[in-house]
Amino acid sequence: MSNVMTFVALLRRSGVRVTTGQALDFCRALGLLDLGDRDQIFHAGRSLLVVRREDLALYDALFGRFFSTKWAERQVRAQPAPRAPRHDEPREKPFTIVNYMAYKAKHIEREVDVTDRSGTFTDVELLQRKDFSQLTPEELRAVRRLIGDMRWRASLRTTRRRQPSRRGDLLDLRSTLRRAARHGGVVTGLERAERRQKQRPLVVLADISGSMEKLSRLVLQFFYSLTRGLGDVEAFLFGTRLTRVTEPLRLRNIDQAISGAARAARDWSGGTRIGENLHAFERRFARRVLRRGALLVVISDGWERGSTARLEGAMRRLHHRCHRLIWLNPLAGRRDYRPLARGMAAALPFIDDFLPVHNLQSLEALSHHLASLPSRRGGVRGSAGRLVLPALSDSAAAGHARPRPPVKTP
Amino acid sequence: MFESIEKTLSTLESHGYVADAGVATSLFLALRMGKALFLEGEPGVGKTELAKVVAEAQGAELIRLQCYEGLDVQQAVYDWNYPRQLLAIQARGAGVEANDGRPDGALDDLYTEDYLLRRPLLRALDPAASPDRPPVLLIDELDRADEEFESFLLELLSDFQITIPEIGTLRPERRPVVFLTSNRTREIHDALKRRCVFQWIDYPSAERELEIVRAKLPTLDEHLLRSVVAFVQAVRGLDLDKRPGVAETLDWAEALSHLGTERLDPLRVEQTLGFLLKYQDDVDQLRGEKTKELLAEPAPATRGAASG
Repeated sequence: MSNVMTFVALLRRSGVRVTTGQALDFCRALGLLDLGDRDQIFHAGRSLLVVRREDLALYDALFGRFFSTKWAERQVRAQPAPRAPRHDEPREKPFTIVNYMAYKAKHIEREVDVTDRSGTFTDVELLQRKDFSQLTPEELRAVRRLIGDMRWRASLRTTRRRQPSRRGDLLDLRSTLRRAARHGGVVTGLERAERRQKQRPLVVLADISGSMEKLSRLVLQFFYSLTRGLGDVEAFLFGTRLTRVTEPLRLRNIDQAISGAARAARDWSGGTRIGENLHAFERRFARRVLRRGALLVVISDGWERGSTARLEGAMRRLHHRCHRLIWLNPLAGRRDYRPLARGMAAALPFIDDFLPVHNLQSLEALSHHLASLPSRRGGVRGSAGRLVLPALSDSAAAGHARPRPPVKTP
Repeated sequence: MFESIEKTLSTLESHGYVADAGVATSLFLALRMGKALFLEGEPGVGKTELAKVVAEAQGAELIRLQCYEGLDVQQAVYDWNYPRQLLAIQARGAGVEANDGRPDGALDDLYTEDYLLRRPLLRALDPAASPDRPPVLLIDELDRADEEFESFLLELLSDFQITIPEIGTLRPERRPVVFLTSNRTREIHDALKRRCVFQWIDYPSAERELEIVRAKLPTLDEHLLRSVVAFVQAVRGLDLDKRPGVAETLDWAEALSHLGTERLDPLRVEQTLGFLLKYQDDVDQLRGEKTKELLAEPAPATRGAASG
C-alpha cells in the first residue's frame, strides 16, 4: 500500500496527473491480481493510472525503475521504499526567452534612459503604425498591453446541433407538441429550429527562429490574447523543433502563462526548418487539432534552410485539412516586399490569405479578417488576392498574381 | 470465462481475438471492477472488434452507439414518437377514440412508454430490455461526437442511470459492460478517461499480427502470410498519411489469396495496393522502387511452426 502511494507520488512528480480516485482504483485492482506477477501489476497500473498516450512511455520507464527489484520480495521484506528517482521539472532552464529578453531589454533600456527620459508616445495612432521591429522598450511594453486588450472573434461554422429559432428551417416537433399540450392538444403552430453556429477553432503556429526574433518578442502576448479571446485555440512554436504551447497559455495569470510557454520551447532565435516543422505538425497533431473547420494561421518569414519539397508537401496536406490557411509574414508589410524567399514561394500556392504582420494595425486587420471569413473557401480564393499586401496586387500584372493551387480538394 | 487474466486471454483467443497481456489485463479489470473500458488507438487495430468478441463470449446483446458530430440526447438516449403522438391527438379530436373520462386535451397519456423511442443508451440501461444478462454497450468513435455529448456521457458513466422526466428514473440492477473507442482525431477529456480503464492499442508486433491473420484466415498459405505481414510491418515504418491497420492487412491478404497469389512480387503489390493504402499520396510513395526495396527485406523471424 505504501509502495503504491510512493509510486503514485513518483508519477505525479514526473508530470503524470493521477487523481486520488485513480490511485484507489489501482489499489482495488491489486486485490484482484496475482501480486507475484510483475506484468499484471504493470498493465493494471498502465490502464488505471495513465489516461494519455503521451504519458505511457514515461509510465513504462518509471515502473521499470521503481519495481526493478521484485515486487513480491519487497512486499515480504517491507523495507522502506527506495528513494524515487527525481524527475522534477528543472526550475531554471539555461536559456529561455524570458531571461534572454530580460538581458536584451536591460541592454537597450540603458541607452534609451539617457536619450529619451520623458519617453512619451502618447500618439497611439503612431504606435499603431510603427513597425514591430522598430519599437523602443517602452513602446514594446505598450504594444504588449494593447495586444492583450485586443478583441478576437473567429468566423462561425454551422454545427449539427439544433436550437429553437423563430425563423429556422428545421421543424421542432418536440416543442411543437409541448405547445400543443398547453393548448389542449391542438397544434396551434409549428415550432422551428435551426442549426447552431459556433466559432471555428483556431490553430496558430509561429516561427521563432533567429530571423523572426523581432516579432518573437510579441508572439506569446499575441497567442495569449487569442487564447483568452477565443477559447478554442491550439498554439505551437517552431524553430529547429516543434513545441506545443497550448496548455501553458491556458493559465489565467498572464505572466505565468507566457513564461510557461516561453520555457516550453527551447529553440528561441535558433535556426529554421519550416518544412520539417510543418511536416511534423501535420503528422503528429493535424489530425487531432485541425478539425471541425479549423482556421490555421502560420507566422513566418518563409526563410527556409531545408528542402522546399518537404515544405510543399506539408503545405498541400495542411491546405486540405483546414478551412482556411492564413500566412502572416512580418516582411510583407514593406512596400517593396516580394515573396521570393524559397520557402515562401513554395508555400504560396497553398495559402488562402497572405497577410502582413508588422504593426498593430496589421493585427487589427487580422482580427477583422478572422471574424469575417466566408463560410466557403472555393469562390473567394480568386479574389483573396485583394487581401494580399497592396504592393503585391499592384504588381499583379508583373507576374506576381497569386498562383492557383496545383491540386484540387478531392 | 473472464475469471482471471489467463482465462480472459484464452476466452478471447477461442473467439478469434488475439490479445496481448495489456489488453487482457485491462479487460479483466474493467469487467471485475464494473468500469468502462476506454480503447484508444489508430483505426483498424481491433478496438470495436474487442467489444463484439466480449458480447459474443458472454452471450450478451451488443448495443452499439456510433458517434457523430451533433449526436444529442434524442438520438443517443430517447425521443418521443412525435408522429404517433400527433396521430393520437388528431384521432381524439375527430372523436375516433372513446372519451375515457379524462379532461379533454390532457396529454399525459401521450408521454408513456408506448410513445417512447428507445435509443441505444436507454436500451443498454433498461432492465426490461435485457432481463437475462446485462448487455454490452459499445460507444464507438467517441472522438467524432462533440464536447457536449462527452460531458453528458461523463454523468451517465458515473451513476449509470437515466431520468426521463415524464416517466421516472431508470436504474439497472446490473450495469452493462461498457466499451468506448476513440481514433484520437481529437483529445477526449481526461475526466472521462479517468472514470474508465484506459487502454492504448498499438499496431501489433509482427509475431502477433501473424497469429491474428492465421486465426482469421486459416487457409492462407504460410509463405504468403509471412511475406504479407512482413510487407505491412515495413510499410507502417514509412512516413505515410494513413498507415494500414490490421483490418487492412486482413483485407489485403484475402484479396491476394483470391487472386491466387503465391509469391509477392512488385507487380502484384502495385495492383492491390489499394487494399492497404487509402490515400493517393501514400500509394504514389510506394510505387516502383520503394516496393522492391521493401520486398527485399527479410521476413520477420517467428517462433515455432505455424499453428492455427
